[in-house]
Amino acid sequence: MNRETIIETVKDFLSDEFEVDKSKIQPDANLQETLDLDSLDYVDLVVVIEENFGFKVTGEDFVGIATFDDFYTLVEKKLAEK
Amino acid sequence: MEHRVVITGMGIYSCLGENLNEVRDSLFQGKSGIIYDEIRKDFGFRSALTGMVKDPDLTQFLSRRQRIGMHQPAMYAYMATKEAVENAGLDIDFLEKTETGLIYGNDSTAGSVGETIDRIREKNDTTLVGSGAIFQNMNCTVNMNISTIFKLKGINFTLSAACASGSHSIGMGYLLIKQGLQERVICGGAQEINPTAMGSFDGLSVFSIKESTPTKASRPFDRDRDGLIPSGGAATVILESYESAIKRGAPILGELIGYGFSSNGDHLSNPNIDGQHRSLNMALKQANIDANKIDYINAHATSTPAGDSVEAEAIHGVFGGKVAVSSTKSMTGHECWMAGASEVVYSMLMMQHNFIAPNINFENPDDTSVKINIIAETKQQKINCFLSNSFGFGGTNSSLIIKKID
Repeated sequence: MNRETIIETVKDFLSDEFEVDKSKIQPDANLQETLDLDSLDYVDLVVVIEENFGFKVTGEDFVGIATFDDFYTLVEKKLAEK
Repeated sequence: MEHRVVITGMGIYSCLGENLNEVRDSLFQGKSGIIYDEIRKDFGFRSALTGMVKDPDLTQFLSRRQRIGMHQPAMYAYMATKEAVENAGLDIDFLEKTETGLIYGNDSTAGSVGETIDRIREKNDTTLVGSGAIFQNMNCTVNMNISTIFKLKGINFTLSAACASGSHSIGMGYLLIKQGLQERVICGGAQEINPTAMGSFDGLSVFSIKESTPTKASRPFDRDRDGLIPSGGAATVILESYESAIKRGAPILGELIGYGFSSNGDHLSNPNIDGQHRSLNMALKQANIDANKIDYINAHATSTPAGDSVEAEAIHGVFGGKVAVSSTKSMTGHECWMAGASEVVYSMLMMQHNFIAPNINFENPDDTSVKINIIAETKQQKINCFLSNSFGFGGTNSSLIIKKID
């Protein structure tokens, strides 16, 4: 899966799951603030990632993830490891 | 100092309608909410009959975070509570700044528990059930969700008492207000309607199998009854001290004057006339009225052969044979954990609109029901005071007496 497809897939499921307008999901936007994530929401983020990409992320994976761009890179890395 | 306890708001989400007006019309018309649900047959049910409500679309009212911990009991309870809060002239701003309690009747979350376990077995990973499952699965799901959505600051717990849960919730709210511990308590009952919730109950072979005639199948007190029909939804009443209602200029719909209760201490499922007598007499004693002051009794009668007969005997023993009696379960089926609250709402609607809803499908009495005055057709009649009975598995009994305000 190339980065462009990853970005489109992520935008689709995050806007759907967290009820956020797709236009707000920009590469340099802050993931937590844009999606208004609290501690419970991170559990649901793990669920939708698994549903859409087939791998499970852990809390450690999120260390250093601030922007959507960081998140796309994490997905790319995890997909490559599969 | 004891306080008078009044009802200032009501809401209902049931198989007779999704709001008070729809339900009032169904009650007046004697309309049944019972259907044949093929899914149940495929699932292995002996009887596919059920009352049916749809899952409400809450996206228009609540955020994702507010909705995620809700399964059927909480979703239905939200709809009923929203209507009740609005009718009582309350809003979230006021509730947040004052002290309002919540005691809600609920006794299962089987649908969400089943889905959660299926998911864990499929994924072999508990994280992948998501963050909402725990809040859907706990029996206090209604209280957790409703108290946070409406920002309630008073007493807050769920009451589980089988098919008397809704009634006891109102009784407990009444006692707290009467004693001056709360000014206002939101009470009610919720009942999930999914097949998972009712499979084990169906397994007792106590559901009606008149599957070819769903609307005729629930026939409390009728000679040819063959069992109950499960149902669900939610009902909410706002209880308030008389002083608080007057101070707020709230509508006063009725006054709760008696709460009787008892336990049979006997059998898990069989009814017991002594237990019912004690509950009825306690309610009358607390209300400080004679039995002949009751104009209408909303019976618990579920359409089971044993249960209806014992209740008919109990009513006859305490009230004689003149008082008007009907079981709205003839139309709704058995709303179980919700029934004690919904039947108060149904009876309140009758009292407001001067009619007695019919005990539909009552065609022939049996040896016991012949002794009491069962209303089989809608009757225009003024009701000044009514009593609502609820009896549950494990032998828990509750009787509430409500009258028009003086």
